[in-house]
Amino acid sequence: MKTETRSEHFEKPSLLGTLLRKLHIDIPLFAGLLLMCGVSLIVLYSASGQEVAAIYKQLVRMGVAFGLMTVLAHINPNQFKRHSALLFSVGVILLIAVLVVGDVGKGAQRWLNLGVIRFQPSEMIKLTAPMMIAWYLSEYALPPKLKQIVIALVLIVVPTLLIARQPDLGTSLLVASSGAAVLFFAGLSWRFIVSTLVILASLTPVLWHFMRDYQRTRVMTLLNPEADPMGSGYHIIQSKIAIGSGGVHGKGWLGSTQANLDFLPESSTDFIFAVFAEEFGLSGCVGLLILYLMIISRCLYIAVQAQDSYCRLLAGSLTFTFFVYVFVNIGMVIGILPVVGVPLPLVSYGGTSMVTLMAGFGILMSIHTHRKFLPT
Amino acid sequence: MYRQYTVKDTLAENRVFLSRVVVVFVFILLLTFALVGRLVYLQIVGHEQYASMAKDNRIRIEPLPPTRGIIYDRHGRVLAENLPSYSLELVPEQVKDLGETLDRLQKLLNIPDEKIEQFHKQRKRRKSFSSTPLLLRMNDEDVARFASVRPYFQGVDIHARLLRSYPYKELTSHVVGYVGRINEKELKNLPEKEYRGTHHIGKIGIEKTYEQELHGDTGYKEIEVNAQARAVNSLSADDPVPGNDIYLTLDVDLQRTAYEALGDYNGAVVAMAVPQGDVLVFASRPGFDPNPFVYGISSKAYKALRESDDQPLFHRALRGQYPPGSTVKPFVGLAGLEFQATDFRHKLYCPGFYQLPNVSHKYRDWKKWGHGMVDLDVAITQSCDVYFYDLARTLGIDRMHEFLTRFGFGQKTGIDLVGEKAGLMPSREWKKRRRNQPWYPGETLITGIGQGFTQVTPVQLARATATLANDGKVVTPFLVDKISEADGQERTGPRHPSPDLNFKPRNMQDILLAMINVVHGARGTAKRIGKDIDYQIAGKTGTAQVFTVKQEEKYNEDEIDFKLRDHALFMAFAPAYHPQIAVAVIVENGGHGGAVAAPIAGAIIKQYLGTHIAPGNEN
Repeated sequence: MKTETRSEHFEKPSLLGTLLRKLHIDIPLFAGLLLMCGVSLIVLYSASGQEVAAIYKQLVRMGVAFGLMTVLAHINPNQFKRHSALLFSVGVILLIAVLVVGDVGKGAQRWLNLGVIRFQPSEMIKLTAPMMIAWYLSEYALPPKLKQIVIALVLIVVPTLLIARQPDLGTSLLVASSGAAVLFFAGLSWRFIVSTLVILASLTPVLWHFMRDYQRTRVMTLLNPEADPMGSGYHIIQSKIAIGSGGVHGKGWLGSTQANLDFLPESSTDFIFAVFAEEFGLSGCVGLLILYLMIISRCLYIAVQAQDSYCRLLAGSLTFTFFVYVFVNIGMVIGILPVVGVPLPLVSYGGTSMVTLMAGFGILMSIHTHRKFLPT
Repeated sequence: MYRQYTVKDTLAENRVFLSRVVVVFVFILLLTFALVGRLVYLQIVGHEQYASMAKDNRIRIEPLPPTRGIIYDRHGRVLAENLPSYSLELVPEQVKDLGETLDRLQKLLNIPDEKIEQFHKQRKRRKSFSSTPLLLRMNDEDVARFASVRPYFQGVDIHARLLRSYPYKELTSHVVGYVGRINEKELKNLPEKEYRGTHHIGKIGIEKTYEQELHGDTGYKEIEVNAQARAVNSLSADDPVPGNDIYLTLDVDLQRTAYEALGDYNGAVVAMAVPQGDVLVFASRPGFDPNPFVYGISSKAYKALRESDDQPLFHRALRGQYPPGSTVKPFVGLAGLEFQATDFRHKLYCPGFYQLPNVSHKYRDWKKWGHGMVDLDVAITQSCDVYFYDLARTLGIDRMHEFLTRFGFGQKTGIDLVGEKAGLMPSREWKKRRRNQPWYPGETLITGIGQGFTQVTPVQLARATATLANDGKVVTPFLVDKISEADGQERTGPRHPSPDLNFKPRNMQDILLAMINVVHGARGTAKRIGKDIDYQIAGKTGTAQVFTVKQEEKYNEDEIDFKLRDHALFMAFAPAYHPQIAVAVIVENGGHGGAVAAPIAGAIIKQYLGTHIAPGNEN
């Protein structure tokens, strides 16, 4: 039997291990993320029509995202905690600013032009909203009392509505779920949860009333895509054909005909999962889901190991939001959720969501790697 | 904030959190299973059905590009049209050995290497199943030659396309502009849906300014295609809506007169109808043939155009900025009268130079020995510099800046053409901001005779002239007379209000008199154009010094001599009373305005008005 004594372990720490520890990098999580990025580049090469320039661009974005992750991993989580309220307020102010003076891109007002860079405040809120609510709730004894729950709900609803006004249904959904996740992890009573769900269900007609036309169309399309095959149902039908024709083993890398023949729109961004499913089949899809589950498991482990309630709540919420990302995107591509503009995390082409996600993982790493130095 | 001092039960909190994590994890697993379940349904249960849908016939939406609107001149002559032409196109996916096929085609049709390179560039940007042009504008001989061997070239075909054509070539090149292939930068900012199927977009001139009007709406047809992406059946179609036709205010005959009158000189001519402001002439010489830009200009030809010393690609009428020289004098004179800084009868002795008190520097008059006693009339008629040095000093730069700005100097005219330059009307504030220097008194003097920092564009000068002609009511130039929509509806192009600058009629009369004397007076600087017409022309000559030779120009003595020669300018309107046309002419390195620039304006005016006007029209 192979044994390894403690002393041996301490005498010869591997160089890489030391380096990563110095960098406050969590090795299992880091490995999972790297693997995911590798998958991304492979699919992207095929989905973009074998364009090397796109790969190069995405590599640069990944570099930036990993850089930001490392920087955030270095910061003590106490710093996040202390500045949660400030960061959240700034985020909300920027959201208001974007509604007033923001740039319109693709028909929605999401961007704030800061001269040098264009910036989406809604991305920042994805991180600062759970930080704010985790900080607020962790200031009191858990589980939260009614008054705290009400205030927390207000803190969730304000940015959610501001983002929904842009309009960006996908992001507002993610922000809402990240806030709700904090409440849930904080120990919100089951009775409260069930009654809220009942109320929400009864409010559905009201929600329908407030939805924009295009959002309603999307929901209707989901229920019956064949009704308008050339219009709004086109995305879903084409993506289902792509996925279904992949079968168990797929058509092989670069073998996607649906994407390459241009039947599948947005094949390298929101609908990249369809290309993946067509080329790698069911086995590939299950593998990809397992990889996501591994990353999620590690993150939940970090949450459980975290040392104070702020860190626990924040880590739990960030992890859950990551899963919501995955679920909403894949769900929409395979036709069980309406089409909302949410990319497949870490895989879709584009930098905005990638940077935010990696920032989230940076915070998780910070929570995990700073434990020993925290006062108990 | 009121805070409850409840003791935190860390262990209990931990326990709750742990249980919640377990719940969430189970929840996540369940949802993941739901995803897998759906995938199993699609990829195993539905696999055969979807695979056949992917493989067999499928429906593709093909764009039907609209026909671009035609551009006409004011008399309905075609300035830009669409002509059918044959193009040789390849579908890379269907060609077995691309390199070998291209070699064979190259030998068969004598295709230059450059076209092959262009093809490869285009091909990379497109999907491999889309048809990519190799040769645009095939001649009949090539079409016949290829047609006979076509069966041996799989995936290569001849297509008929409409290609933009500009029959007047260099005559209207700058103002009408041209269309060219959409580049990547443009692609990013275009509504993707509308431009699917469109290959060309307006690059400059009217073609660019009115791109939205000219383009039209793309239609779509649904077709069934087989596995080789060949169309097998057309299902339904949504017809494209052709672009709107545009009627310009331009008169090609007048434009040609102006262009030819410039002769071998480089320069620009702008003529506007008064008081409406329709632009009759918008000429910039040299022009260039815009047609090669449509089907792909060779890089060699483009380089030759770009590097030519005559700068044929430079739109002088819209973007050329020149010192106005003495053409600014009627405006400065009017400023003097309006501000009561001078009187029409006020006289001054001109010794041939002017000095500021306590400064030894002599500001010279163009006439070495001086004009003797001059009043404002003589000062404008004979273009006496000394009078205007003195007037400028009395007015001061602030009042001059304010007054000339009213005429639109230093500001874009707002003509409906993209890329206009604003020129420059200097002020103390401008000099402080741009050069961080105070304003010197000497600069006021030379501003008074249109030298120094002041720069005008030909269209600006034409506008100021028209405003003067229109009794001080601002005239804004425009090029589009009307837009004719596909359904036959017509609407006018954009128009601007013409605010009244409210000058005293008395002062306007005085300046008008002096300007008539420039052309018709015994000693007027442009008197030769006033003959053999029975109406009067009011005008002013100008001669602008060329201060600097551009840095990128090589040292070449003969060349520099010519390039340092003064620019000749002339502004005029006619008939002097009840004007109908205003003209501005700038002849680069033309020497004296009266000798070179004035006859060009004279030719345009005579062609437009005739040599004689029916009584009643002339006052």
